[in-house]
Amino acid sequence: MFFRMIRGAFLLQKKKMLMIALTIALGASLATAMLNVMMDVGDKVNQELKTYGANITVVPKSASVINNLYEMEGGGSGEGSYLLEEELGKIKTIFWAFNIVDFAPFIDTEVTLPDGSAATMVGTWFNHHMDLPTGETLDTGIQNLRTWWDIRAGAWLDEQNAAQGADACMVGEVLAGREGLSAGDRLKVSTRFGTRELTVVGVFDAGGDEDEQIFAPMEVVQSLSNLDGYLTSIEVSALTTPDNDLAKKAAKQGPQSLSISDYETWYCTAYVSSICFQIQEVITDSVASPVRQVADSEGAIMEKTELLMELITILSLIGSALGITNLVTASVMERSAEIGLMKAVGATNGRISALVLTEVLITGIIGTAIGYLAGFGFAQIIGHTVFASSIEMKPMVIPIVVVLVVAVTLAGSIPAIRMLLRLRPAEVLHGR
Amino acid sequence: MSLLELENVSKIYGELHALDNVSMKVDNGEWVAIMGPSGSGKSTMMNIIGCMDKPTSGRVILDGADIAHESQNSLTAIRRDKIGLIFQQFHLVNYLTAVENVMVSQYYHSVPDEREALEALDRVGLADRARHLPSQLSGGEQQRVCIARALINYPEIVLADEPTGNLDEANENIVLDIFQQLHRDGTTLIVVTHDPEVGEVAQRTVTLEYGKIIRDAQNANFIK
Repeated sequence: MFFRMIRGAFLLQKKKMLMIALTIALGASLATAMLNVMMDVGDKVNQELKTYGANITVVPKSASVINNLYEMEGGGSGEGSYLLEEELGKIKTIFWAFNIVDFAPFIDTEVTLPDGSAATMVGTWFNHHMDLPTGETLDTGIQNLRTWWDIRAGAWLDEQNAAQGADACMVGEVLAGREGLSAGDRLKVSTRFGTRELTVVGVFDAGGDEDEQIFAPMEVVQSLSNLDGYLTSIEVSALTTPDNDLAKKAAKQGPQSLSISDYETWYCTAYVSSICFQIQEVITDSVASPVRQVADSEGAIMEKTELLMELITILSLIGSALGITNLVTASVMERSAEIGLMKAVGATNGRISALVLTEVLITGIIGTAIGYLAGFGFAQIIGHTVFASSIEMKPMVIPIVVVLVVAVTLAGSIPAIRMLLRLRPAEVLHGR
Repeated sequence: MSLLELENVSKIYGELHALDNVSMKVDNGEWVAIMGPSGSGKSTMMNIIGCMDKPTSGRVILDGADIAHESQNSLTAIRRDKIGLIFQQFHLVNYLTAVENVMVSQYYHSVPDEREALEALDRVGLADRARHLPSQLSGGEQQRVCIARALINYPEIVLADEPTGNLDEANENIVLDIFQQLHRDGTTLIVVTHDPEVGEVAQRTVTLEYGKIIRDAQNANFIK
């Protein structure tokens, strides 16, 4: 009988139920789109922010102490303190390995140029190919980390191009101007450990100190420094989650200050501090620290983007709730004689409320299904318009949207239910 | 002992005394017509007897229990178990068929039983119209569905508010015939009407004016 009444009510109020379903669908679609974008946007925004370079630097422990003493930023090393090149692959074996987008090792030395002047020569990876212990392969290096470099002459040094060989380098624009160097020129550099003649394959404008430096493959600088297999720092670009109170506590007081459950939560969340901690676990005698300007900017942008999405979701749901309130109240008013009759023949408030709420919830389910599909479309439009890529549909969004829609539908039905509870059969059946 | 007893019942709306210190008794199986002009308090009395309203003062004793000050939930339960209501406007649920309208009353009382609902319709001569929607039934037929709905749970009192008010003469006679049959079967009937013809066929007539009973008499022409 209950379902006969539900069916009858739907047939009687087709247009009104359709309006309620569409109202719910509108809220559900926006919630679906925003939640999917919000969950996917982290990776997308992070990817966009990777153009600002690495967000983690790794230096030897002793160098870190010196940095802290003199409040130096970023890399730098103390003499005699190095990291091991052979351990670099381990960075891609940490818990958050998939969040490590790129990394590059660095070693620098002073070289003497043919005119007798000195210059800093930096050894690094440009587009280094790695075969990881996991069986995966990776091409990483500063070509991905220095996306803002403007190549003024020649091209990026290609480590995988056998024709270029190891005797190639890139020269900063200022140094190239001073030394009269251009792409294709030969440059002789020497240290007390030896001399190498390199081909300048590219001249770049980095907009900073690097414009006065020479960048060459690791092996070249290691041999000129007599430090085969060593490096002075690593820059890591990682996808991270914005810091919350837990992450801040771990960063400030150390992970040992956390309870076991908090530690597990922190360790298993891609906070920049937990990724740093995990890098330190695999790189011997190292200190990994976030580049605060980049990490904080990423966190701030992420938080603001997510806040915006949350606000849009909340506002759309409030709009839906108001719409539902109007429509369900109108429906109850329209059916006041029918509801009065049910009360007159013995229906309790609970049973009538259950009937009306069931109708609204069934309508809500239909609206949610329509809204979810529409939201999928909206999310793709947002993804392609803003990020030029598809938004991945997260299964987790479905239960969240269902819970939100149920809550909004019930909240929107409260005024109608209150009216229904107050309705007295004598008033609607006899006019008093 | 009377099935229903009103003792000094008043219902006051602001300055208006819709019922003013009314007392009356209705015995089991009695057929009482409550008559009077508009505004005399007929509907107010029906609402109070039908547990759809509470008196401002006085006692309403139904089946030995004072129900005047019961909670809304208790009144709903009393209405469901003891009272069958018939309305002038029929008040059928327009998206349910005739038999489903009868079953609504069963549903909120106990368990819907379609066979029993069909038998109730058969008793009022509507077996062949059981699957029709109210919009497909005439006024008389709708009122008979309303009567079947009121009787389906075997109430102790059947309360009818202007049951023939919207019917033509032929249908009025059909409804009155059903009432006579119900009375013969021992059903207690209280019929609110302003129609003298309906009042005359009842066993007893109570006449209200300005909220007071001005006449309470057995009908000499009553035919059992």
